[in-house]
Amino acid sequence: MGKIEWAMWANEQALASGLILLAGGIVGVAGQFRGWQFAAYSIAAGVFVCMLEYPRSKRSKGTSVGRTGQYCFTVCVKAFGPVTRNYYVRAFLHAAICVPGGFLLATVLGCVCLGIASLIYLVAAIRGEHWEPILPVKEARKPVAESMKAPPQNPPPRPPPEMRRKRVDDLESAAYDNPIPVTANE
Amino acid sequence: MGNWIVNNGLSAFILVAWMGINIFIFVWFYLSYDLGDQFFYTRHLLSSGLPWARAPAAVLNFNCMLILLPVCRNLLSLIRGSFMCCSKTLRKQLDKNLTFHKLVGYMIALMTAVHTIAHLLNVEWLNNSRQGAYDELSTILSQLEDTNSTSYLNPDPQQIPTRFAFSSIAGLTGVIITLALILIITSSMEVIRRNYFEVFWYTHHLFIIFFAGLVFHGAGRIVRSQQRTNPLHNVSYCKDRSDDWGTLPECPIPQFAGGFPQTWMWVIGPMFLYLCERCLRFIRYMQKVTYRKIVMRPSKLEWHPFTMTSAPEEDFFSVHIRSAGDWTNKLIDIMQQLPEGAQGPNVCFPRMGVDGPFGTASEDVFDYEVSMLVGAGIGVTPFASILKSIWYKFKDSDPKLRTRKIYFYWLCRETHAFEWFADLLQVLEKEMEERGMGDFLTYKLYLTGWDQSHTTHVMVHFDKETDVITGLKQKTHYGRPIWDKEFEQVRKENPTSAVGTFLCGPEALAKVLEKKCAKFSDVDPRRTKFYFNKENF
Repeated sequence: MGKIEWAMWANEQALASGLILLAGGIVGVAGQFRGWQFAAYSIAAGVFVCMLEYPRSKRSKGTSVGRTGQYCFTVCVKAFGPVTRNYYVRAFLHAAICVPGGFLLATVLGCVCLGIASLIYLVAAIRGEHWEPILPVKEARKPVAESMKAPPQNPPPRPPPEMRRKRVDDLESAAYDNPIPVTANE
Repeated sequence: MGNWIVNNGLSAFILVAWMGINIFIFVWFYLSYDLGDQFFYTRHLLSSGLPWARAPAAVLNFNCMLILLPVCRNLLSLIRGSFMCCSKTLRKQLDKNLTFHKLVGYMIALMTAVHTIAHLLNVEWLNNSRQGAYDELSTILSQLEDTNSTSYLNPDPQQIPTRFAFSSIAGLTGVIITLALILIITSSMEVIRRNYFEVFWYTHHLFIIFFAGLVFHGAGRIVRSQQRTNPLHNVSYCKDRSDDWGTLPECPIPQFAGGFPQTWMWVIGPMFLYLCERCLRFIRYMQKVTYRKIVMRPSKLEWHPFTMTSAPEEDFFSVHIRSAGDWTNKLIDIMQQLPEGAQGPNVCFPRMGVDGPFGTASEDVFDYEVSMLVGAGIGVTPFASILKSIWYKFKDSDPKLRTRKIYFYWLCRETHAFEWFADLLQVLEKEMEERGMGDFLTYKLYLTGWDQSHTTHVMVHFDKETDVITGLKQKTHYGRPIWDKEFEQVRKENPTSAVGTFLCGPEALAKVLEKKCAKFSDVDPRRTKFYFNKENF
C-alpha cells in the first residue's frame, strides 16, 4: 500500500460522514427527540463538512477527476489558504466537530464515521499530503516554431488580367469558384 | 428498438424481476406488520415505525443473500461451463456479475438507511412511552415486565436511547455492521477502487464482520408480538380498559414474545458457498495447474487477476503484466533481480500461487462465425491467447472451431507497447501467407497517441513495404478508428453472419461499441447481427 494517497479515501469517508450527520440531524429534529439541539447542531455540522469535503483535491500523481460542479466549492475552499490546505488542521477539525454528535443516538453513527475520517486525514497529514485545488488548465499556446517566418510582404506573382478572368466557356478548368455568376464580356 | 431487445432483453428482464421481488417483499412485510392483529399493541407504541423498519429488514435479508453469489467466481465458471450447450445470451448475463453485485450493494445501502431511521424513531418512542409521555395505554404496556405472569412489550429498560442501543444485541450489532457497511462503500467508490486497489480489497473484507453481526442482529428478539392467551385477550374491547387487565374475564394480561430470528436462514447458504469458494481458491494456491485466466498472489494476502497470453495448446503459460501500482511494480522488481536467462534448479524463483480457471466473455469467440476483437492497450492480452489458440485450432482443423473470419483491432497510445505483441502478429502473418490463408485474419492497429515526429517519420518511410513501427505488412493507422466505417465494412463482407464483438478496454469505448453493435445489427435473422461482449477483470 505504498503509493496510496490516504487523503482520497479520507475525503470520501468525510463526505459520507457529513451526509450521515445531516441525515441523523434531520431525523432528530423532525422526530423532536430529547436532545434535539444536538440534532440541530448536526445538521449545521453536516452541511459544513459536506461543503468542505465536496471539492476533491488534485492528486499528486495521475489524473484527478473532480466531482460534478465542484468548481465553486474549490474556489471557496481555496480562499482559506493554509487552513484548508493542511490536513492536520482538517484532522483536528473533524475530530472536534464530531464530538457533539456522540450525545444523541441519531447522530452517533455520523460522529463515529467522521472520527474515522479524521484518523485517515491524520495519516495523510503525517505522510505529507496536502490539499491542492483542481483548477481548469488554460491551454498554453505553443510558441511559434522558429522555422515560421514573417508573412510575405508582396502578393504572389499573377498572370495578366486577361488570363486571370474566368472564361464563360471553360468554367470547369477555372481555378476558383466565382460567387457571382459569370457572364460573357460584351 | 428490436436490436435493443435482442442485445439487452435478458438483462432488463432479470433487473425487472429482481426489482419486482424487492417491491413484493417490501409491500408484503409492510402490510403484514401494519395490519396484523398480533402487532396491535406494538403498533400502539411505535405506530408506523414498526412496518417501516420491518419491511426494509426483509428486503435486506433477500439482498444480503444475493450479494455473495455474483462474486463466487468458481461457481460462475461452473455454471458458465454447463451452459456451453445453451444460448450465448444466458452466458452473457454471467459476465455482468459485478454490475449486479454493485446494484445489490446499493439496495442494501438504501434499505439500511430506511431501516436505521425507522428504528431511531422507534427507540425514541419506546423511551418516551417508558417515561409515561404518551397515553395511559402506552404507559401500561410499557410497564409490563418479564415475570411469572407477564411478559414485556417495551424492550427499553428506561435508559437514554444511546445506552439502550449499545446495551442491546440488536443495537450494538446494528451500529457495528452499519459502520462496516459505510467503510465498505466509501472504499469502493470508483476513484479509490481504480487507483488504490489494495485499500478497496482489504476494506471490502469487512463484509465478514457485516455478515457475522447480521446473523446475530435479531437474536435479542426485541420486536415483540402478542401471543394467544387462554382465555383470549379481546383487543378491541380491552384496549380502552387497560386498568382492568387481569380482572376482567375478557381481558387477561396480554402476553408477548419476540419473533424468531430469520436472517440466518437467508444468508447461511450463500455464506457457505462463498466459504467453499475461498477454500477452493486456497487449495488451488497450493497446487500447480495451467489455466486460461489466473489470479496470482506473491504475498499471502493479495490476489490480482490477470489474463493469460498463452494458448491452451501450448505447454507453458505466459502473462503480460502492465506496471500500474504497488503490486505490479514490486513484481517487476523481484523479476529484475533474477539473473538474465536464469534456469535450472539452483536459481531461486519467486513462488507464485495461481488460481483459476475463470471463464470470461472471450471464451465465446470460438462460437461465432465472424469475430471482431477490440483490444485497447494492455487489454489486448486476452486476445493474444485467443489468436494463438484459434491459429492452433485452425491449423489442426479442429471441428469445434466455428470461426472462419476474424477482425482484430488493436488500439494503443504509445509505440513501445507494440513490441511484445508485434512478434506474435509477425509469426501469424508469416504462417498465414505460407498457407495461403491470408483472409482468415484481418488486423488493424491504431496508434492513438501520435504527434508530429511520428508523421514526419512515416512520411519519410512511406514507400517501404512493411510498417515502420511494427514491421508488419499491415500499416499502422493513426488516431482512433472510425467505427461506423469498420462496422460497415464487416457488415458488407459478411452479409448473413452472426458477428461477435469482443472488447477488452475502457468503459467509454464499451459504450461506443455497444451502440454501434445495436445500430448495425439487423432485426431480420437472416442478415448480419452484432453481439457485444465485454471482458473485464
